[in-house]
Amino acid sequence: MRNSHQKNGQPATWQKVLHYIGAYKYLLALSILFAGLSVALTLYIPLLIGHAIDCILGPGQVDFAALSGIMVKIAVAAVITALLQWLMNTVNNKITFEVVRDIRDEAFQKIEILPLRYIDSHAYGEIVSRVISDADQFGDGLLMGFTQLFTGVVTILGTLIFMLSIHAGIAAVVVLMTPISLFVARFIATRTHAMFRLQSETRGEQTAFIDEMVNHQKVVQAFGHEDENLEAFDEINRRLSKYSLRATFFSSLTNPGTRFVNNMVYAAVALAGALAAIGGGIMPGILASFLSYVNQYTKPFNEISGVITELQNALACAERVFALIEEPPRSADAGLAELPESVSGAVSLENVAFSYVPDVSLIEGLCLEVQPGQRVAIVGPTGCGKTTLINLLMRFYDVNAGAIRVDGADIREVTRHSLRRSYGMVLQETWLKNGTIRDNIAMGKPDASEEEIVAAAKASHAHSFIKRLSDGYDTVIAEDGGSLSQGQKQLLCIARVMLCLPPMLILDEATSSIDTRTELKIQDAFAEMMKGRTSFIVAHRLSTIRDADVILVMKDGHIIEQGSHTQLLEKGGFYATLYNSQFSLS
Amino acid sequence: MLQLLKHLRHYKKESILGPLFKLLEALLELLVPLVVAAIIDKGIGNADKGYTVKMCLLLAGLGLVGLVSSVTAQYFAAKAAVGFGEKVRHLLFAHMQELSYSEIDTIGTSTLITRMTSDMNQVQGSVNMSLRLLLRSPFVVFGAMVMAFTVDAQAALTFVVTIPLLSLVVFGIMLVCIPLYKRVQDKLDGVLCSVRENLTGVRVIRAFRKENEEIRRFQRRNEELTAAQEFVGKISALMNPVTYVIINAAVIALVYVGALRVEQGVLTQGAVVALYNYMSQILVELVKLANLIIGLTKSVACGNRIQAVLDIPSSMVFPEAAAAAVADKSHETVVEFRHASLRYAGAGGHALTDMNFAVRRGETVGIIGGTGAGKTSLVNLIPRFYDASEGEVLVDGVNVKDYDKAALRDKIGVVPQKAVLFKGTIRENLQWGRGDASDEEIQQALVTAQAAEFVADKEGGLDYEIAQGGKNLSGGQRQRLTIARALVRKPAILILDDSASALDFATDAALRKAIRNMPDSPTVFIVSQRAASLMYADKIVVLDDGNIVGMGRHDELLSDCKVYAEIYHSQFKQEDGKAGEQHA
Repeated sequence: MRNSHQKNGQPATWQKVLHYIGAYKYLLALSILFAGLSVALTLYIPLLIGHAIDCILGPGQVDFAALSGIMVKIAVAAVITALLQWLMNTVNNKITFEVVRDIRDEAFQKIEILPLRYIDSHAYGEIVSRVISDADQFGDGLLMGFTQLFTGVVTILGTLIFMLSIHAGIAAVVVLMTPISLFVARFIATRTHAMFRLQSETRGEQTAFIDEMVNHQKVVQAFGHEDENLEAFDEINRRLSKYSLRATFFSSLTNPGTRFVNNMVYAAVALAGALAAIGGGIMPGILASFLSYVNQYTKPFNEISGVITELQNALACAERVFALIEEPPRSADAGLAELPESVSGAVSLENVAFSYVPDVSLIEGLCLEVQPGQRVAIVGPTGCGKTTLINLLMRFYDVNAGAIRVDGADIREVTRHSLRRSYGMVLQETWLKNGTIRDNIAMGKPDASEEEIVAAAKASHAHSFIKRLSDGYDTVIAEDGGSLSQGQKQLLCIARVMLCLPPMLILDEATSSIDTRTELKIQDAFAEMMKGRTSFIVAHRLSTIRDADVILVMKDGHIIEQGSHTQLLEKGGFYATLYNSQFSLS
Repeated sequence: MLQLLKHLRHYKKESILGPLFKLLEALLELLVPLVVAAIIDKGIGNADKGYTVKMCLLLAGLGLVGLVSSVTAQYFAAKAAVGFGEKVRHLLFAHMQELSYSEIDTIGTSTLITRMTSDMNQVQGSVNMSLRLLLRSPFVVFGAMVMAFTVDAQAALTFVVTIPLLSLVVFGIMLVCIPLYKRVQDKLDGVLCSVRENLTGVRVIRAFRKENEEIRRFQRRNEELTAAQEFVGKISALMNPVTYVIINAAVIALVYVGALRVEQGVLTQGAVVALYNYMSQILVELVKLANLIIGLTKSVACGNRIQAVLDIPSSMVFPEAAAAAVADKSHETVVEFRHASLRYAGAGGHALTDMNFAVRRGETVGIIGGTGAGKTSLVNLIPRFYDASEGEVLVDGVNVKDYDKAALRDKIGVVPQKAVLFKGTIRENLQWGRGDASDEEIQQALVTAQAAEFVADKEGGLDYEIAQGGKNLSGGQRQRLTIARALVRKPAILILDDSASALDFATDAALRKAIRNMPDSPTVFIVSQRAASLMYADKIVVLDDGNIVGMGRHDELLSDCKVYAEIYHSQFKQEDGKAGEQHA
């Protein structure tokens, strides 16, 4: 992975950047046009001023008529130049901000179709840092490139023409020496790229650490772990500083380096020109104007080399964003059949095998036939594979072998949307989005009426606490539920499913944070909801399990017992032990 | 922003030497025209080749000294800026850790992260650029003005008018842009929030097929960000063109005044050229300065956002370790609530009203009640995660507000409701409880927490690497490890806040038994909704809507407390009565 990146390296990244810029090629052409015109005018104005000064020869020899004509020209030229500069900057802003926007959009769209495996195995903060900081830094570099690169190149070309028209010989000295400056810039740039990448990587690591600790600040404080955390943070911080210092310092050498080369060019031209002047080849005045053009000519080289280092950094950041964008997505849904909206709810698992890590098998040879409308309870010790089973049913992960069928259709051969549309899911890990209570309940049915929403909230017994909130159903809840209690969040998650009522249900410890009195009150609504719907229930509470049509007892990825509550108790196996232990002390 | 900059004082030497070397370089640059003039006047004028070569070598020498001083300047600037960034990030992180639960509830995670990363990078970059350019540009601008006065005072008055006008434009645009840049960063927070949500809520979003809606929502926020960026870009892009027009107007005025003075015979043509050259120098510097100022404006907005976090005072003040009260360990009551009430910041009503009871050493206290009854709020008062709004909470006979932070929290082992683990090995996670815990002590805690078996099965045992958020463990495994983590510290008070919700009955029962048989017999608070988990407690506190509605032993409450009886019967239906009676 990393190797392939290095192999493709910068040219490949450049190509991708150009691809994004390509969408704005007309704006880009406009920007180049504005740059050309404004530079031509900025070179023209000193010429006008030169003419103006020629009108002032001495006392009594000032041509005021010609002078005022020239001044009007200067004024008009200056105003037009200013306008062109502003337009050029605005166009450049538009291109870069929109390119960054496009890249962020694409990165986000990729996040939506990344396999769960990728998301589960990466620190959130690190992915966030790619979409936010890296994209930001890339934009900054790109903008600087646009504004300074074009004007720089055009200035170089313009002054080159002026110089050649004055004295081709001395101009040749300048042209021959400039590659040195470019060589110095390139020499430094290639060496700093690696440091910028290290800086960027360490930043990602730091963001991940901040994300983890800020997010769980309460646990950190409960254990008084602030000092240790600060130490760990400082260690990353020091490393970041080290790389940052190197990247910043070495990249900032480009400017003095090229300026030095330019100063040497300046000295060489002064020598060649002065010797030529002593030999009578050129006039002293021409040498003076020549030297001022040398300055004009070499200055953009300084800027361009500065831009190059900035672009190095930008490119290192872009690489990381692109790596995310190019991450292989989950298999495509396009072209797959749709599962009908009203599936009967027959689910079968045929010899299913699955593992998260290639060589550590978790589920093997799992077989199960579920009739439409059956209530399936899954019990077993923690870590036996209950949650994994749900990951497979919802197709968050694909089975390694065997097949899962809904109404006879292999779920890998229907679209994910149509499969997931058939399931209503409540997880133990409650998750609410930043938005109003109403938005959160109506998540599965955005067009739900107010009455429907309130009815669902009442059925899940969330209505009474919602009413007590400051803005009722319009209360905006912060990221991840903010100050709501675990139980209240879970009630909202239940209301969410009660509103859309799909043909099959998955309840993974759906009431674990709700008190039993409230749970008892919801029971009826739950029973009503499960009527005629195939339901998979993971729970440790007996009341929920006991009424199931089939109880699956799982251990180490296998179903070791299967049957109804009474059948299993009579059998006196693992389930009976589990059941009896609920109330026992020993 | 200015307050932030004071942290540069740790890099005083670098912050002074950097700009100084930059000024030296600028001075050398100002000398170059003089040398060239000498070449033209003396070298060419007298056809003196030796002198010409000597002067050209001087030019090269000036370049070399310029290189050295410039490299030195860059080094000091980079060092100061990077060091400054390191210092501020450190302070920011340290300060965030100081904030109390109340502040954490209200600020939000996303914005803290952008402030520590994106905002911080911006500020650091600008400090670096400022150290290099901020002093140099005004130096050249005013230097040029002073030089103009030496040529002709009357013509130089043009400079006196132009420079304030330029400053007005530069600072005016800057002032307009600062709030606009702040808006841009706020919009960036929104984009970040979307990304985070779609990672943390990936399962729910996919289960509800909200991918496309989330993409639209993200695109809307992203579009808003872009619009804000383009808007402020249009205004800040005015800086260069407007200054350009002003300078050229000044040049026109200068040449006109010059023409009048030449006509009068006061000035020569060459002097006018010199004056014009000084004006051009100002223009060149201003272009550089304008670019710097645009970056700086953005940084001021970012810097203020960082300062805003640093300025949030922690609403909770702990006395200094020396001044803190010393607990009386022989005190018979370990925890006492004296008419304690709690109201959360911004909340309408009380979360807890008039908690009044005492707990003796070694007792087990059960806290039961419905969703939102205030169970977690009650136990959160003991380690002083929140301050009681009225009344007081005492631990070992001393008000919790009189304790040193570490002294109070070291006594208490908390197992929070949400099982949170951190990236690192199992051992590292458990040592959160006590940094110097030996493997033996850790093993002991694991056994008590019913976690020894699965930990032993993990590859590497205690060295097993836990992913961020404990994503590679099941919910029950995470929960048992968080219990072990609290046990490792051998706390005098153990708080289990509904910590067994993901455990199956057998494990839960075994856990309860192991805790009861722990050698140091800590005082235990068990928050639960399962009557079975706490029916053997020495004292059960029944909460309803923030009020204590019953307190006592299981059998007393069963007959006297309606709420408790209801809870109990909801879990032990008639047919289970047998099971319940068996052990009651």
